[in-house]
Order: sequence, then structure tokens, then C-alpha cells
Amino acid sequence: MSSELMIEMKNVHKWFGELHVLNDINLEINKGEKIVICGPSGSGKSTLIRCINRLEEHQRGNIIVEGTELTNDSRSIERIRGEVGMVFQQFNLFPHLSILDNCSLAPIWVRKLPKAEAKEKAMEYLKRVQIDDQAHKYPAQLSGGQQQRAAIARALCMEPRIMLFDEPTSALDPEMIKEVLDVMVGLAQGGMTMIVVTHEMGFAKEVADSIIFMDEGQIVEAKNPKDFFDNPESERTKTFLSQIL
Amino acid sequence: MSAANKEIGPPVIELGVMGWLRKNLFSNWYNSLLTIFGLYLLYILIPPLVNWIFLDANFVGSTRDDCTNEGACWIFIQQNIKLIFYGLYPTEELWRINFVYLILLISGVYLLIPNLKHKGWVGAFLLIIFPIICVVMLSGGLGLESVETRLWGGLFLTLVIAGVGIVLSLPIGVMLALGRRSKLPVVSLLCTIFIEIWRGVPLITVLFMASNMFPLFMPEGVNFDKLIRALIGVMFFSAAYLAEVVRGGLQAMPKGQYEASQAVGLTYWRMMALVILPQSLKMVIPAIIGSFIAIFKDTTLVLVIGLFDFLGIIQFVGTNPDWLGFSHEGYVFAAAVFWVFCYAMSWYSQRLEKKLDTGR
Repeated sequence: MSSELMIEMKNVHKWFGELHVLNDINLEINKGEKIVICGPSGSGKSTLIRCINRLEEHQRGNIIVEGTELTNDSRSIERIRGEVGMVFQQFNLFPHLSILDNCSLAPIWVRKLPKAEAKEKAMEYLKRVQIDDQAHKYPAQLSGGQQQRAAIARALCMEPRIMLFDEPTSALDPEMIKEVLDVMVGLAQGGMTMIVVTHEMGFAKEVADSIIFMDEGQIVEAKNPKDFFDNPESERTKTFLSQIL
Repeated sequence: MSAANKEIGPPVIELGVMGWLRKNLFSNWYNSLLTIFGLYLLYILIPPLVNWIFLDANFVGSTRDDCTNEGACWIFIQQNIKLIFYGLYPTEELWRINFVYLILLISGVYLLIPNLKHKGWVGAFLLIIFPIICVVMLSGGLGLESVETRLWGGLFLTLVIAGVGIVLSLPIGVMLALGRRSKLPVVSLLCTIFIEIWRGVPLITVLFMASNMFPLFMPEGVNFDKLIRALIGVMFFSAAYLAEVVRGGLQAMPKGQYEASQAVGLTYWRMMALVILPQSLKMVIPAIIGSFIAIFKDTTLVLVIGLFDFLGIIQFVGTNPDWLGFSHEGYVFAAAVFWVFCYAMSWYSQRLEKKLDTGR
């Protein structure tokens, strides 16, 4: 695999008021890499990936996504959001639109695809996440697992080069977690560049190229899964692993 | 256990008409007392009212001398119907108003029938072309004789003021609400000041200012039509109230909806138009229609600046020496017509809410 640099974070800092939520983050992610970020709550892992598509603004350092640096220039933000898809913990589907319209909205209005083409493509992705039979229902009529798969399809419809997942299974009932993880594994096998904030360590072992452990706004440890689970260096990582495994 | 339970129905005492009466009207001694008192009130109020409005009323005739019965004299309304509906609009030009009503009626019915095609076009016609037709037809131009707005009156004038106020105040209100929530401090401050000034002033003051003070600030010779000044006043007044209603809806939107829209790359205006406003306006439909109904009824205040709206003209014809002493009939008629319009709005709002309900 060619090592094309997709995301570069250099000395990134962010504060919420006095709280130092990201403290000197340095990260390089190549094309096709799958990164899993874990850590205790409040460690800054969600904030980190939300900085990548400017849902949060970083205050120091540089974030470069596919050669475009994130600045306050709205054009750079728009370009990056076009390349980066995001899946949220709470799905955040648009409740007033059918599943199909949820998926085709942005392709029509942002990518300027003709309606028919956008809907066709949406159906394709809905089929891939196996809810094409639900396309004409509204989000409230779907189960949590189905909603999250629809949200993944919505993000994929923009044909992003990078996918961010912010605790995609944390709001799901246990029996629905697998159907969402299966979709994500399929996506990973297809070569998508992925950054996943999750506590699903099984998933991490299976697909991650590297696992990042964060605590108090810092990257404490970044390793391939085998080393991460077998030889964690830092005490904080060891404690965390002992708590969740 | 199941075999025994199947045979047990609800207690007989709660079934049937008697059960319903017992449960809802006579469940205990004070409810029974209230029920009896209520029935007594209906008994002393309803029969005289029905007698006065229908049974003892006069419906045919042409002068007050034909009103020989004890009840209402509807001949009063009937004889003045042209004034009440159209004001002083020239009789030979009345077809122009009726033509406008007809267009409105046809397109309105078209929009209300479910599952018809091209509703978007009809809506666009109503919002863009229809107002132009109205202006030309009603005030004159393109070969039509000009009719000054001081001749406009009656129900027609009420509908013009309420219609213009309602249709224009909603978009202005939405923009003000978005402005007040803007991240740009200047925009937000200006919108807040605008909203609070208009909300802090009674409509009657607004109308007085529009009618009497506004000309003082204008250069000599510049003369705005009084009706237009009143329309602008009503429009901004209503917009300020709507802005706060809409802002309430915007504030109730979960943050995730904004984030999801941004994450798929929608710009601010597209996010608002496609995701946020459709949902938040839907949430506040009852309050929006409430504001519309209030504005419809508040149009009666234009009487204070010398415009004769529906209620104003009914009071006016009541002072005609030929028809002195029939103000009761006038007010009852006015109340009935106002109720029909307001209830229609209320009915439409409920229908709209049901239609747009997609669950949460």
C-alpha cells in the first residue's frame, strides 16, 4: 500500500475555557490506515476527531487533511468536510426526512448530483449496509442499529476518503452492536481510512493498524494492537486495560 | 389462571351510556352538582339565544320597518352587505375584488386536496405572481381604473391587512430569529433591539405613529399611502412576535442536528433551509398560527387611524339614521365571521401538524 499522508496533526492544542482538552497532539495517518482511539471519558478522544472536520476549533498547532490546512477560511473547511465523513454516537439522522432523503440530501445540495442519480447512489449504499428495504421509512421507525447503519450510509453517500466514528456503538442495545460493527469491518476491509473512537476492543484487535490510548488530553501510547494489549508501557494504559477487559 | 380471567369483563357499571355518564358527569357529589349547574346555565342561555338569532328573527325585507318580529333584524346586515364586505369600493369595479377572491379560492382548494401534482408551482404562483395580480387588480393599472385605498374597506380591507401582515411577517420573523441567534455580535444586537422595540410597543401606538407621526419625518410633499403605512406597521409588529416564537423552535433543536448537517458539508444557509428550519418551524406551528390569529383579530385596531375594516364598517353603518339601534346584530355577525376565519386557521394548523408528523 502506498503511504499517502491523509491526516497530519502537529502540536495541536485546545482548551475549553481553562480546561486543557488537547495537549500537544501529534499524529500522522496514511491512506487506508485504521486507527482506534480509546481512553477514559473526558480524555479528549472525541474532541480530537471532532477537530479533524472542524466541529471543534483547535487553538494552536496545525491540522492538515489531504494537503489542505484547516483554518478559519470557510472554503478550506468546506473542502475538508467534503472529504471526511462522520458517524455520531447519537446517529443524528434528520428526523423529518426519509432514510433515502437523509442519504441523498448532501449529494444533491453539496455535490450537485442530479436527484435521480443521488437517490440511486443512496440506494446502493443502503443496500451495502443492508437496510435498502427501509429506505422509505422515517428514522423514528427504525431500530437503533438500523439508524446507525443508515447514518453510516449517509456519510458514505458523500464518497468520503476518510471516515470518523465517534463512539458509534455506545448508544446501542447490546444485540445491535454487532450489526453496526460488521458494517464497519466491511468498510475497513474495503480500504477506507478510518479513525474510530470506541471501547469495542474486539473490533480494535480485528481491524486496527494502530491503537491510540489517550488520557487527560494527551496521547499516552500508540501501538499496533498486539503490542498494545500484550506489552502496554504506561501505567495508565495498564490500569485502563485492566478496567475494560 | 387464564381460563378464569377470560370470563372477567370490565365492570358492568362502566359500560354503555349510563356508565359514561356516571364516570364523566356524576362521579362524586360535587361533580354532580357542577353538572346540574352547567345544565341549568345552558337551559337559561341557549333557548333565548336561538330564538333571537333564528326563530324570532327577520330575514326578508328592505327597510327597518320590515323588522316586526321580536328577534334579530338580519335585514340590517343584508341591506348593508356591500358596505360590510367591500367598503366604499366602486360598485362597478367589485368584480375585480371577486376575481381575486376566486383565484385565491381555486388555488387554495387545489392545495388542500391531497396527492395532486404540481403543488409546488401553485404555491409559487400564490407567493410570487398572485400578489402582483392583487396589486394591479385591486388598486388599478394596466388599463384598469385606479381605486384609491381610502375607498377600500369592510371584510375586504381586513383580509388585505391580515393577509399581507401574515404572509410577509413570517419570512421577516424567521430572518430576525436567525439574526438574533447569529454568532456575529452586531447582527445579533441589531435584531434583538429591533424585536424588543416592536414587542415593547402596543399595536395601537404603532398604528398611530404610522399614521400621524411618520408624515412629520418625511420631506414636504412626500406622501405614503396610509394603508401602506399601516401594513408596514402591522407587518413588523407581527414579525417581532413571530421571531421570538421561531427562536423558541430553534432553541429546541438538538445540537446533533447542526453537527450532522455540518459534517455532511452543508453550508449555513442550506443547513438552515433544509434541516433546521423545517424541523423547528414544525415544532412551533401551534404558536405561529396563534400569532396569525392574533394579528387577524388585531386588524380591527386600524379603525383608530381612520381605516374602516370589517368591524369598523359594521359600527359605521350602525350609526346610519336609517338603521340606528341594530348594533347587536352587527356585533353578532362580526363575531360569527371572525370566528369562521380564525377557526379555519386553527383547523388548518392541526391538519398541517398531523401531515408533517414523522415521529422523533
